[in-house]
Amino acid sequence: MINVKNLTKRYVNINAVDNISFNVEENETVGLLGPNGAGKTTTMRILTCFMPATAGSATVAGYDVFSDSLNVRQQIGYLPENVPLYLDMRVNEYLMFRAKLKNIPRRERKKRIDYCLDITGIKDVQNQITGTLSKGYRQRVGLADTLIHDPKILILDEPTIGLDPNQIMLIRQVIKDLGQKHTVLLSTHILPEVEMVCDRIMIIDKGKIVAMDTPANLMKQLKTGSNVVLEVKGDGEKIKNSLSGIDGVRSVTWKEKGDANEFYVEGSGEGDIREAVFKCIVKDNYILREMKRHTITLEEIFHQITTKETEEVSDNA
Amino acid sequence: MRNVSTIYQREIKSYFYSPIAYVVISVFLIASGFFFAGNLQFWQEASLKGSLDSIQFFLLLLTPVITMKLFAEETKSGTIETLMTSPVTDFDVVFGKFLAALSLYIVMILPTWIFVLFLTIFGNPDFGPIFSSYIGLILMGGLFVSVGLLISSFTKNQVVAAVIGIVSLIILWVVGFLSTYGEGWFYETLRYAGTFDHWESFTKGIVDTRDVIYYLSFSTLLLFITVRNVESRKWR
Repeated sequence: MINVKNLTKRYVNINAVDNISFNVEENETVGLLGPNGAGKTTTMRILTCFMPATAGSATVAGYDVFSDSLNVRQQIGYLPENVPLYLDMRVNEYLMFRAKLKNIPRRERKKRIDYCLDITGIKDVQNQITGTLSKGYRQRVGLADTLIHDPKILILDEPTIGLDPNQIMLIRQVIKDLGQKHTVLLSTHILPEVEMVCDRIMIIDKGKIVAMDTPANLMKQLKTGSNVVLEVKGDGEKIKNSLSGIDGVRSVTWKEKGDANEFYVEGSGEGDIREAVFKCIVKDNYILREMKRHTITLEEIFHQITTKETEEVSDNA
Repeated sequence: MRNVSTIYQREIKSYFYSPIAYVVISVFLIASGFFFAGNLQFWQEASLKGSLDSIQFFLLLLTPVITMKLFAEETKSGTIETLMTSPVTDFDVVFGKFLAALSLYIVMILPTWIFVLFLTIFGNPDFGPIFSSYIGLILMGGLFVSVGLLISSFTKNQVVAAVIGIVSLIILWVVGFLSTYGEGWFYETLRYAGTFDHWESFTKGIVDTRDVIYYLSFSTLLLFITVRNVESRKWR
């Protein structure tokens, strides 16, 4: 549905988007992740025909974003980052304006507006002036607007920013449901959101794609499934030495925790080291109070990937 | 064309949702009423000649206030992003906004017909110059609105748009007077470029195609540049 090839956007002295290529399949939900200023919004603005790229090409739903932009714009629903609305209009009036602009036939407009008011849960504020609505409601009005012409592709720039936890859950659920029948490209820096909503993640930093895969694969790639956290009563140094002797253990660190010690055992491979660790502890009659597998979260992946890049850059410099 | 009408309707509504339309129209009517009364007392003749010249000065000041928000507000609030990513052409947007501002301008000058009513009740005015003057006013309004629209498309600050709009219109106004300081093609060009010279023949009851073409072509040129300027966001 979305094909991007060698896309570059250069501002005066920086490359906001630097030679990126990716595909988004039909009905797939892809999360665009990255620190502030990574190029997420720029990428989206290019795909929505708001600004052109300096180099490279992009097609959306088969139409080229540069030469066929009216067709592209008919196919996409775009929610910009700060959800700009005309603050002097009433909600249903605004949606009617947008429905007309997006070429919805006269007879279907009312039906579509009702549907969108319903799905975003803003039916009870439909007669209010948008300027009087809270941030969360404005966000939902914006979302209703992006859905109004039933676009094949939704491009959402930080759709849950500034919402309260209940609203976030609601919007996420809406996006998740929409993802069944629509192609969604959303940007965020809230990681649980991506984990919950997206089929695939694209991590972008300094205008470059640094990782792109399913959430599960990304975690596997970093080979962190075999790390174990232990809480053991006994002499810390001695235990550390015997743990280090186990086959398949790469490193052991420990610190005191109350009347016991906490160990962090890093495995070197794919295999499970928990049995060997357990045997090693009980062999010397130490008391094992807790053992848990440490699964790395997306936060850590994100942090690792984006800071690794910076280190490399500063090393080169 | 349907998109032009959609944008036109929204702009018109938005004028009347905000105090702008009411304030501008009130100020204009108070000022023009004052000058109509003054001119009538001074010249003691049943014509709009003197009044319309003074009134025109107020149009110069107030039209940029009508046009200042057209693009500046959209750029500032970010709605330009949702607008321009909808399936509408840049021309649709520019032309819809132009028509909306021109309509408000016409609504603003329409009540001055009450002056004509007074003149017919208490005197015997010549309707020829009056009709031609109003044709002139509307053509001139088209030009003023295009100037304001163009300037609004350059900035996101409404006050800046208004001030630069007023200054530009005053320059356009006085540049014609400079032609009295000399002769030759340069001064001739200045005279042609200024609005005053073209306006004057309308007040005399003459609808000269040269003047009509001046206003129409100048407005078209400015609208064209505005469309290009809105597009230019795509080149930067």
